[in-house]
Amino acid sequence: MTRPHDMGGRYGDGPVVPEPEEERFHADWHRRALAVTLASGAHGKWNIDVSRHARERLAPMDYARFSYYEKWMAALADLLAETGLVSRAELAGELPEPQEMAGSTLRAEKVAAVLAAGGPATRPSDIRPAFQPGDAVTTRRIAANLLVEGGHTRLPRYAAGARGHILRYHGTHILPDSSAHSLGDAAEPLYAVVFPAAELWAHPEHPGDEVVLDLWQSYLVPA
Amino acid sequence: MAAVRTNLRPMPHDDPDHPHSLLPPDPALRVKALETILTRKGLIDPAALDEIIDTYENRIGPRNGAHVVARAWTDPAFRAALLEDATPVVAEMGYFGRQGEHMVAVENTDAVHNMVVCTLCSCYPWPLLGIPPGWYKSDAYRARAVREPRAVLADFGVTLPEETAVRVWDSTAEVRYLVIPRRPEGSEALSEAALMDLVTRDSMIGTGLARQP
Repeated sequence: MTRPHDMGGRYGDGPVVPEPEEERFHADWHRRALAVTLASGAHGKWNIDVSRHARERLAPMDYARFSYYEKWMAALADLLAETGLVSRAELAGELPEPQEMAGSTLRAEKVAAVLAAGGPATRPSDIRPAFQPGDAVTTRRIAANLLVEGGHTRLPRYAAGARGHILRYHGTHILPDSSAHSLGDAAEPLYAVVFPAAELWAHPEHPGDEVVLDLWQSYLVPA
Repeated sequence: MAAVRTNLRPMPHDDPDHPHSLLPPDPALRVKALETILTRKGLIDPAALDEIIDTYENRIGPRNGAHVVARAWTDPAFRAALLEDATPVVAEMGYFGRQGEHMVAVENTDAVHNMVVCTLCSCYPWPLLGIPPGWYKSDAYRARAVREPRAVLADFGVTLPEETAVRVWDSTAEVRYLVIPRRPEGSEALSEAALMDLVTRDSMIGTGLARQP
């Protein structure tokens, strides 16, 4: 049920190393990786949840050893092959014949508009909010996708089975557990839920500390 | 991008045979190979890649967020509207788009210091802060920020007063958080432009404080 990306609270990592604000990319290929990934998404063959899941289902050893943009590249190659945009033979080195630009290819003059439009995650939903700010809730005991075994979810393991309360209502948002597997948007109420640090950690740093997570209604039960 | 139904079948189990392993292992060569394949197939426009890079290298960065913070420090009505519903307020200033579709601003006080992380990936408010710094994407930050925020702050040279609690925001959905740092004492007479210079990127993530004037 666990995946290597779900690392909140893990022990054993070293220091966090600050860096200057002016530093945008650490290598030229990082620039290319960002741009190729965003441009490839414009074909509409996957959504943000599918692409996140593609990174998370990399082999655990690859996930651990790949840098951020290496994960992006590996997941992109997997998605390109799985959606048929690129063949396995082409990934292996067979050079494709030059083709005209496809209709769905992101043109330079459209980049600004596409980035500015973004992809709002709010959708209408028939599911009514079951909770109000201030209500006590408990997260599901097991952080797992209920629709697809081993599938994508956004309930981190460290926050499973924890008691907190509703801080803020965000409206009805696409459910990643469904969307990541192309099972539809399945939008439902999303809340910011606040947990005392002592509810999550055996040795919290401070009695007043809290952690807030954005959680979908189906991740929660009344406490 | 909009959520689009795809032709992918649900994949309940892992594919042990990851197609990416067919590419050369060196990351720079991997990117080059993908770029070459996609360009030849007409699936990417090389000029669009340059445009994307220029956007995030030169046009969209943390000065956008600093602009928002400086205004919040000086305009009480703006501050109130920002804390109530940030998305339309920052959109009016021209800051909106990919990875900033749903914005929430949280304000530091004597009692509470806010800090933002994404433990599951590296979600970050791009239109206000640009693309995330290397440390924000690091395993160390993702793993430690939720459990030991003060120890992480120490890595940035920041110590909080004993009476201040830390509230860590784990960005698990498409909502993106901007921290409004405390306005430094002695900054009362400064212009909006001068105040912006006090607002560091890290102070808007919550791993730093605003600079002293």
